[in-house]
Amino acid sequence: MAGIIGKKIGMTSVFSVEGKNIPCTVIEAGPCVVTQVKTKEKEGYDALQLAFGHKKERRTTKAEFGHFKKAGISPRHELVEFKNTYQEAYKLGDEVTVDIFHELDYVDVVGVSKGKGFQGVVKRHNFRGVNDQTHGQHNRLRAPGSIGASSWPSRVFKGMRMAGRTGNRNNTIENLMVLKIIPEKNIIVVKGSVPGAKGSYLIIRKQWN
Amino acid sequence: MDLIKLVEKEFAVNKEHPKFSAGDTITVSYKIIEGNKERIQNFRGVVIQIKGGENNKTFTVRKMSGNIGVERIFPLDSPFIDSIQVNKRGKVRRKRIFYLRGRTGKKARIKEKRF
Repeated sequence: MAGIIGKKIGMTSVFSVEGKNIPCTVIEAGPCVVTQVKTKEKEGYDALQLAFGHKKERRTTKAEFGHFKKAGISPRHELVEFKNTYQEAYKLGDEVTVDIFHELDYVDVVGVSKGKGFQGVVKRHNFRGVNDQTHGQHNRLRAPGSIGASSWPSRVFKGMRMAGRTGNRNNTIENLMVLKIIPEKNIIVVKGSVPGAKGSYLIIRKQWN
Repeated sequence: MDLIKLVEKEFAVNKEHPKFSAGDTITVSYKIIEGNKERIQNFRGVVIQIKGGENNKTFTVRKMSGNIGVERIFPLDSPFIDSIQVNKRGKVRRKRIFYLRGRTGKKARIKEKRF
């Protein structure tokens, strides 16, 4: 699965050829540097490790610093492994750019969604709350309702959906169409939205093939 | 922000339309696709507001259809807009002339700009 690391720039909308207004996300992707080539003989599986972004040298541990030094680059913020890529074509220190994608391709985008804090079940699990404001309802409009039966099982089942911390977790959005690629500026424009805030790091993967 | 503007520029339609502002009477020729046929419909009325900037500009046109006021919002860069014709330049003080909504008949007139 070939892929690249990028940064979310923001959203805009464009008109398609048919005249439809399409929402799209602008991602600054790459150039990423190959920091390690993993092989079946040595590590037990084939993969490419890529690095992207900027990291201050004093925030880098010596071990990390040595790892980056091997590839001949300054410390980077993100290190991501892409399994079963075309590792034969790349060596340590090579650059991977947006050229690996083509327009009208479909890609998957992985990112960390915006943290929403402690949220109730209506926002967190799309519960509907109590449907009526009247008929005896009082201060329980967004309540979850019953969470189980009585003497059997005398407990709440594991995995019962309840209120809690929402967002701030890895999300994958599949099947996003690549609308445009601008190689000079390392920009890739995908249709639709992607997880995370502006400036957050994303992994853009090619679809399985 | 600059990178977003750059992308918007890449996608820009670059269609030239005459300049107009609120208070002007314009005719918008709008493409309508029915099945696989395409025809052009004209919508003539007073521009009551222009909204947005850059690639995302929209404008609202109000006309009286019989006794009922009809408003339509067009994206300025929409490929469905065939052409825009400015019929009258109106003299108004405001950028958004929503007060027109409350007026009918002779009160809804707008003075024409004299050059």
